[in-house]
Amino acid sequence: MSEHLLEVKDLSVSFATEDGTVRAVDDVSFGLERGKVLGIVGESGSGKSVTAMTLMGLTRGVNARFSGEILYKGTDLLKVSDNDLQSYRGQELGMIFQDPMTSLNPVYRIGEQIVEAIQAHEKVGKAEARARTIELLHQVGIPNPESRVDDFPHQFSGGMRQRAMIAMALSCNPAILIADEPTTALDVTIQAQIVELISRLKDEFQSSVIFITHDLGVIAEIADEILVMYAGRVVEQGTKRDIFYEPQMPYTWGLLGSIPRLDRPRADRLHTIKGMPPSLINPPEGCKFRPRCPHAFEKCAEEPALESRVEDPGHLDRCWLTVDYKRSHRDETISPGTEAA
Amino acid sequence: MSDAPLIEVRHVKKYFPVREGILQREVAHVHAVDDVSFVVREGETLGLVGESGCGKSTLARTILRLYEPTAGEILFRGEHIEKLGRRRMRPLRREMQMVFQDPYASLNPRKRVGTIVSDPLRIHGIGDRAERKKQVGALLETVGLSPEHYNRFPHEFSGGQRQRIGLARALALRPKLIIADEPVSALDVSIQSQMLNLLEDLQNEFQLTYIFVAHDLGVVRHVSDRIAVMYLGKLVELSPAEELYSRPIMPYTEALLSAVPIPDPDLAEKRARIVLEGDVPSPINPPSGCRFHPRCRYATEICSQVEPPLVDYGNSHFAACHHPLNVDAAAPATAGAPAQKD
Repeated sequence: MSEHLLEVKDLSVSFATEDGTVRAVDDVSFGLERGKVLGIVGESGSGKSVTAMTLMGLTRGVNARFSGEILYKGTDLLKVSDNDLQSYRGQELGMIFQDPMTSLNPVYRIGEQIVEAIQAHEKVGKAEARARTIELLHQVGIPNPESRVDDFPHQFSGGMRQRAMIAMALSCNPAILIADEPTTALDVTIQAQIVELISRLKDEFQSSVIFITHDLGVIAEIADEILVMYAGRVVEQGTKRDIFYEPQMPYTWGLLGSIPRLDRPRADRLHTIKGMPPSLINPPEGCKFRPRCPHAFEKCAEEPALESRVEDPGHLDRCWLTVDYKRSHRDETISPGTEAA
Repeated sequence: MSDAPLIEVRHVKKYFPVREGILQREVAHVHAVDDVSFVVREGETLGLVGESGCGKSTLARTILRLYEPTAGEILFRGEHIEKLGRRRMRPLRREMQMVFQDPYASLNPRKRVGTIVSDPLRIHGIGDRAERKKQVGALLETVGLSPEHYNRFPHEFSGGQRQRIGLARALALRPKLIIADEPVSALDVSIQSQMLNLLEDLQNEFQLTYIFVAHDLGVVRHVSDRIAVMYLGKLVELSPAEELYSRPIMPYTEALLSAVPIPDPDLAEKRARIVLEGDVPSPINPPSGCRFHPRCRYATEICSQVEPPLVDYGNSHFAACHHPLNVDAAAPATAGAPAQKD
């Protein structure tokens, strides 16, 4: 196995709340290789955003508890002090947030905000930082960057603001770019532009990307490796082809079957995953997906470990069903009412 | 599905004034909806798609007279409603209801579910208190909630459940028409598919007609019988649902379809993608001629000068384009708005 740039080991994050302890992330492990895109998918409340924010140290607080390790170039980021962490943010790890409308400060010009990010991390003069900002805006495809650099965020459209956010995240040339639902708030046409931009920049800057989304279509285009999360846990992990063509976990089948797909004849009826994601304060016993799983049986009362069950060692899942059972039953969920091509 | 038109929209325009200065003089107009005509037949689902800012929500609200149309005619069962006063509009409001996009903002957080769902009944003076309570219980069951939820507050529900409450409220008056403005875009995929199936069941049970506004082309294809594509206030293509996907005529539709990500890595790789450059232009000063021409890869001289009319390409497929795709040269090309054709 090749060298991992980032190695997350047994990461758990919990928050103490008035109603009890929320186990937002539970025993999550993964590695990120240089120049690769890791996709994290799951519904709201599955812990994908908390995982990403924890990598950046953004979930630290009096009520938060962490365990496990986040090894970046040999340093455990969980143990780094708040002050020292500042030197990792921006330069080593950059983040793009979901909502481009609220993640830029409305009273500062776009350029000032990016210049500030550059100067916070590097000793450069204002003029040089500004020149770099213009160059970055040009790279992310903002037309007339020389004049748009002095615009306020409200003068930018949603897609342009997301580009400005990407420019800011790239300003210090981070080794890892974490994108938390970067296209969810955007139209499909703009989403296509942003996805293309991120994969082009990944190649140009040799960055690794962690791409978080609930949209399996976007993941199919950009990711190399995929983690499927449910109720704070990784329930399936594998390469893009593993997840899309050999999905092992009924939850993954459910996600694939719920999408109305343009590449197939219209299904009479969409597959649904019955019920709702479980509470993270009192999660169900055993397999967390059991209450919603149509294939659950007695053994599911005990939680399965995340391990490789198919011949492929890199493909892990948490499910007791036998591989044969899965192969013969998954298509009725993934392509309901139509013959799979 | 019958052929009788339930809603007919004829040359509807909605401009919003842009005011400036201390005198608040009108300096320009936002051309949110600009000369749109179509017919929605009883029992069908018309999908309305387009990028944000294309006027689809404004059009939906104008049809319900939540906005006053600047010009044009709106007919409900053949009756003109564009000029009706508040009082005469009220009985018609029982027939047309709306489901909103944001499940968090569209329910009053200080009212209980029972009050939220029974308010339409109370306002229209239907039944007494006990009777209404019974009806609300039944409605909640219809949308997959339980009558015990009557006394709860909206914050106790998840996004998907709240959207069901909004749907129960819309159904309370047994409307004929429901306009759903992005009803599933705020929901997770698994919850989204529950909601789409529910909408379909309700349509069969109550013979509902839907106008379904959404930007997700996969969702729209799944629910719609016909689809109207809007761009910058204009209706640019109107087609039976399947045909729009197999044979888009307007290059904008083609680009929109190709931008939809496909959850199949091999197909995604093979597919030739048309990435549209830039953003939707400002509706205050829309481009001359065809409004799509600055972003269109087929655009020629004529596109910037002459606005293309909506042309009938047969099989009730209409499109407005000087360089139509997927069309034989011999195809019939008769100009005319669909409203007049039908």
